[in-house]
Amino acid sequence: MMSRLKVMPDNPPRRPQAEALKPPPETTAAPAKIETRDLSFFYGENQVLFDVSMTIRERAVTALIGPSGCGKSTFLRTINRMNDIIEGTRLTGHVSLEGIDIYAKQVDVVALRNRVGMVFQKSNPFPKSIFENVAYGPKIAGERKKKVLAEIVQRSLKRAALWEEVKDRLNDSALALSGGQQQRLCIARALATDPDVLLMDEPASALDPASTAKIEDLIFELKENYTIVIVTHNMQQASRISDQTAFFYEGRLIEMEPTTALFTKPREQRTEDYITGRFG
Amino acid sequence: MKGDSHLLLRRFSLSRAKEQAIQFSLFLCALLSVVTTLGIIIVLVNEAVVAVGPNAAFFQEVSLKEFFTDTRWTPQFADKHFGVLPLLAGTFLIAGIAALIALPIGLASAIYLCEYAAPRTRDFVKPSLEILAGVPTVVYGYFALVFVTPYLLKPIFQDLLGFDVGVFNAASAGIVVGVMILPMVSSLSEDALRAVPRGLREAGYALGSTKFDVSVKIVLPAAASGIMASFLLAISRAVGETMAVSIAAGMTPALTMNPFRSVQTMTSYIVNVSLGDTPAGSVQYQSLYAIALTLFCITLAMNILSQVVLSRYREVYE
Repeated sequence: MMSRLKVMPDNPPRRPQAEALKPPPETTAAPAKIETRDLSFFYGENQVLFDVSMTIRERAVTALIGPSGCGKSTFLRTINRMNDIIEGTRLTGHVSLEGIDIYAKQVDVVALRNRVGMVFQKSNPFPKSIFENVAYGPKIAGERKKKVLAEIVQRSLKRAALWEEVKDRLNDSALALSGGQQQRLCIARALATDPDVLLMDEPASALDPASTAKIEDLIFELKENYTIVIVTHNMQQASRISDQTAFFYEGRLIEMEPTTALFTKPREQRTEDYITGRFG
Repeated sequence: MKGDSHLLLRRFSLSRAKEQAIQFSLFLCALLSVVTTLGIIIVLVNEAVVAVGPNAAFFQEVSLKEFFTDTRWTPQFADKHFGVLPLLAGTFLIAGIAALIALPIGLASAIYLCEYAAPRTRDFVKPSLEILAGVPTVVYGYFALVFVTPYLLKPIFQDLLGFDVGVFNAASAGIVVGVMILPMVSSLSEDALRAVPRGLREAGYALGSTKFDVSVKIVLPAAASGIMASFLLAISRAVGETMAVSIAAGMTPALTMNPFRSVQTMTSYIVNVSLGDTPAGSVQYQSLYAIALTLFCITLAMNILSQVVLSRYREVYE
């Protein structure tokens, strides 16, 4: 697994630092997948994340909640270095994936993004056919064989619970699908590169309740095999689907707990105020 | 109370009258360009197809068959021939050379400006490109004649490769017209690339694309129709270009695809005859209108085509 990230061996593993965070009792079995240490992030002069240290467990769903502008999406986008494409941004601190510092000079961003897939708030299928959308990732990674591509497309669409609906029209334009189908197509497209982490930035916020329920079921199934980090502004959604919940406020990680604990017995006053709807 | 509301009503209708007057005068301004276009079409059709005045129209003296199939264009000779093919060939030879230069370079610079260039670089490169569009076309023609032909074409194609490069030639005209339409291709294509939603680029990067993958495999296909439209508009501009080609390509109506020979385009024929002492009402004189009508139809068709292509692509994202 680690060999897929092109990194020099002199990169020190950061796992020992994980002891610093008290591991939550329910999930001690799951090893840490992603860790951040003192992560700060700047848009120009404007600091939007302040010293965020977080441990994200493997094969679990971690929800990031908080009011608009609290930095939860920015935090999510540091994990696959999507913020790199925005000009004038700066990051300090560390983000590691399986102990490897993903912001180290030797890291190949393309390889990183192949392992860390992403689904966006607004579904963004390419104006191509359904097949071509899903096959895009494997194709740019160099896969040419038609048979292999067809297998990947079928497997990914099945995992995204879309195969039955589109199997007879794989060559139709992806833009002809409904909003909920488009979002599941985007999930299938992200799964096609065979990642082990899936980042989701409010994936259901633009969908109707029925489509939202489908996406939530899907997330529940996917956590068998994937580490999922999901940003949501919907607290019911966070409590339904996640194992861990992190509450962000004004760029700071206020608290992170197993989801049940956070929603029933929050430690911090601000968390309680937010989850009881006093602000946000 | 009653008086107040009366005042209110009067002032209201007065401002409405003013509003209507403004609307009407704006409508007149818009109408002006429509009327001008109609006027041009009427004059062209009147002189070329069906004459209302005392002189016979061009196509009443020269058959459509001769116009489109005769391979000689010799209106000023004793043995008159009115075959438009040499002029069409000259026009499209030059437009073709121009397209060969402007389309790839224009598209490449659009991709660079939109996807690669840092904002500071773009702020410098974009205005410099647009300066090219502001150079008077006569300067381009002169530049072709005194620089491109003697210092670019002759050393390479004549001295090195053994072609016979004339003083007036289609290649030099094509090259400068290409440079002339380059800013148009680049700026319209850039608009098309910029209209591609950010989300598509992000999706591409998130799937492990390099910048080149995103530019070529995602943004470019998504902007294809806008880019096609920019190509068509630029070629239509090249077809209609007059001054530079009159100076650089010469006045020899020749049915040739040899870029190093002198050719005459439809536009330079019009210049040629307009400046000469051709008697009004003669067939040569009427031929101007036939050529102008042909030119008008070609550029109109290309502009309409580009509009159609463009409107199809707007549907995808709105």
